Amino acid sequence: MRPSVLKAQPADVLKDASMIKQKEMMANHYNRLTDAKENGHKVASTFVPGNLNELIMCFDLVNNLPEVNAIQSGLRKQSGAYIMEAERAGHSEDVCTYVKSDIGMMMKGNIGPNGKKLPDPDVLLLSYTGCFTFLKWFELLREQYKCPTIFLQTPYMADGKVTPNMVQYMVKQLKEDVIPTLEKVSGVKFDIDRLREYLAKSAKAEDDLVYILQSGKNKPSPIDAYFGGIYYIGPIFGAFRGTDDAIDYYRFLREEVDQRIAKGLGPVTPDGPMGDEKFRLVVEGPPNYTSFRQFWKMFYDEGAVVVASSYTKVGGTYDYGFRHDPDRPLETLAEYCLGVYTNRSLPMRIDMLCDYINEYEADGLLINSIKSCNSFSAGQLLIMREVEKRTGKPAAFIETDLVDPRYFSGANVKNRLESYFQMVEQKRSGRGAAA
Amino acid sequence: MKTFVGIDLGSTTTKAVLMDEDERILGRGITNSRSNYDTACRVAQQEAAVDARFTLFRREFGAEDGSAKEVEDFLAGLERAFRLEQFLEQLDDLEETCIRQVRGARFEKNADGVKTALGEVFNRLRGEAAAMFAPGATRKSDFFRDIAGSKYLGHAEDVARDAGLGYDLLLNVYDKSIIAVENRPPKGELSDKFKRALKRVTEQGIGLAGEMQNQVEMALDIELEETYLVGTGYGRVTLPFSKEHIRSEILCHGLGAHMMYPKTRTVLDIGGQDTKGIQVDEHGIVENFQMNDRCAAGCGRYLGYIADEMNMGLHELGPLAMKSEKPARINSTCTVFAGAELRDRLALGEAREDILAGLHRAIILRAISIISRSGGVTDQFTFTGGVAKNEAAVRELKKLVFENYGEVKINIDPESIYTGALGGAEFARRAAQGRMEGVDA
Repeated sequence: MRPSVLKAQPADVLKDASMIKQKEMMANHYNRLTDAKENGHKVASTFVPGNLNELIMCFDLVNNLPEVNAIQSGLRKQSGAYIMEAERAGHSEDVCTYVKSDIGMMMKGNIGPNGKKLPDPDVLLLSYTGCFTFLKWFELLREQYKCPTIFLQTPYMADGKVTPNMVQYMVKQLKEDVIPTLEKVSGVKFDIDRLREYLAKSAKAEDDLVYILQSGKNKPSPIDAYFGGIYYIGPIFGAFRGTDDAIDYYRFLREEVDQRIAKGLGPVTPDGPMGDEKFRLVVEGPPNYTSFRQFWKMFYDEGAVVVASSYTKVGGTYDYGFRHDPDRPLETLAEYCLGVYTNRSLPMRIDMLCDYINEYEADGLLINSIKSCNSFSAGQLLIMREVEKRTGKPAAFIETDLVDPRYFSGANVKNRLESYFQMVEQKRSGRGAAA
Repeated sequence: MKTFVGIDLGSTTTKAVLMDEDERILGRGITNSRSNYDTACRVAQQEAAVDARFTLFRREFGAEDGSAKEVEDFLAGLERAFRLEQFLEQLDDLEETCIRQVRGARFEKNADGVKTALGEVFNRLRGEAAAMFAPGATRKSDFFRDIAGSKYLGHAEDVARDAGLGYDLLLNVYDKSIIAVENRPPKGELSDKFKRALKRVTEQGIGLAGEMQNQVEMALDIELEETYLVGTGYGRVTLPFSKEHIRSEILCHGLGAHMMYPKTRTVLDIGGQDTKGIQVDEHGIVENFQMNDRCAAGCGRYLGYIADEMNMGLHELGPLAMKSEKPARINSTCTVFAGAELRDRLALGEAREDILAGLHRAIILRAISIISRSGGVTDQFTFTGGVAKNEAAVRELKKLVFENYGEVKINIDPESIYTGALGGAEFARRAAQGRMEGVDA
């Protein structure tokens, strides 16, 4: 069953039509997922960073992403109860809240955002190992579902580069373990030409995605590359990479962005078009999902727009040139997994953030450090110092959580953000006064 | 004359600073925030205006440096008399409010008895008032609730017993009234109170009252025009200030510390519910900052809980901790568990002073960690906020700064609690001049 796509025309609809279209796509995907068993489809659970959607599709498997489920629960204000449920079952307060939201949701009947029960996975495909928690998460899921687990080890880019050995090592795992197991689970024979076809489609959508993300270089920026960026990355980081739907969506979005550029408009916020762009920021770290709109409002109310973010690269660093390559199908999958933002070393992350500040002409760096995310948050203070030193631009640090509402203190975050914006402003005008 | 007001609406206290056009402080005022920022703001501002009058008197007498002893004696007498007038006025308000509360089924049988008893309690309070504001008298607090409350409860118990009335009846009306009185800024013109105070001083024949009357009256006639106001602190968003009148407390503390000590590069502020580490440049412009997240562990409020738990005054904690020779090792600064931690330690037989010394060290350890996250300590280092008045906290801070950063000049101004308000007032002054560094929102 193919998802039906809302055939909206850019000319006829409001500026945030792409967001409506994106929501429709996500809803369709959830229906496909919850109806999978009924329709005779098997399900693979996998994670966003380094996900192998093209390969999964080669086996007619439906892609289920537990992190995205947790995000959905967060946005729908359900994650708090799920997390408490998981804590009652013995999961520590320090454990990643995506995991606890997922486990809690499972314990409460595994009801998806469409109100229907999510299917039990037929296979767990762990294709990215940069986050140690993922391993533990899947161990818990394996315990629950007793299904085959595939473990594709992705070497960490500790030395700042991908070596031929790393790629060969991953291709070997794909050939000897991942593909045979997926064949066995799905009963579908692997067809490399089918993979090539999907990869070619991925690359097309990726071109448009990069164009959209880099439109943040315009002044004013037509997009918010963090809050709006969450919508933009949804399809490509999830179950749509390699599909015609993704190609359509990104083309549509690109036209929408082009229109805004032509008119000199800023991004669309939940409260309507953004006012004057006063601050251009680069943001590091995931957003908070339980108070997503409140959080975003703290930015646009002050005229702050995020022109580039690292979070929109956790599912691939396409703006650094990577494209899925149909001519090297297995190698390209390996390189994709290796190159995602979370698999990059601290010096690489620093380089990237400095590049963004310079290329997007940002006023500074803001780090949203996630309390329960040990792998992403580690080293962020060092990153901040180094970026400040290299760019001379002010940086600030705030702390929230992914989907645990208890760790979002609105007054505190607002206080810090306002202080930061005023600090940027003061530095701008103070520089003039001091000279 | 033109004045510029900075108001720092903290979680515990609200502070106001009044500044003149020459960047000189005219007056400072403080009050408890009482969960009612609107009133707290007005009271603090009024207190700053009162203080400003004394500055103006000193200027009239050409004695701003406090060199003329007779002038200082006179002004001290005038201030005591003024505070007494203010206290009596609020006492009247409290009495009227209490009497209005004597109604309903509860008082059906003995309304008159309660009213008579209240009259007696307030007579006794009024009778004692002059002594409370006599030279050399010490008061545990300067806030009306604290001064009047403990005295009221004492007298009410005696009066109720003598009259054969239930003590709870008098408690009940007091509880209902004190909040209302506290939430009403003192009424009446300030200059009237000053005139009454002046009369009182003259009658007492203190110092040069007679000759100086004219000068005082001239100073009283100077109108203090509120030219521009900037609000900062936690309560700032709840006030009807427009956006250009609101500054973040980070910026205000940074600038305030710079004004007090221009060589300041690192500022630590420990307030009621947050701890801030701020780095500023040579112009007082904030370079970086860190603060605690929503958890108020190790902030001033923590000491407040400890004081309550030990049944001590907040300002008594530091001196007791200073007596310790063997500080307890305490790692938790969790405000919620402060009481439990304390009781555990006491149950284990540890001395109160040792526990307190350990608690102070734990607070400062946490502050040091926040500072290090903001970029460490760079000479000079200025410590501000209510906790800077606590000698045990200061002792630990000095130790830890030396251990971690070596020899650094540490500045602590006795008026450091006003740092944020001072920065706010300076922002207000600059804004009124059309200077926009950091003020143009």
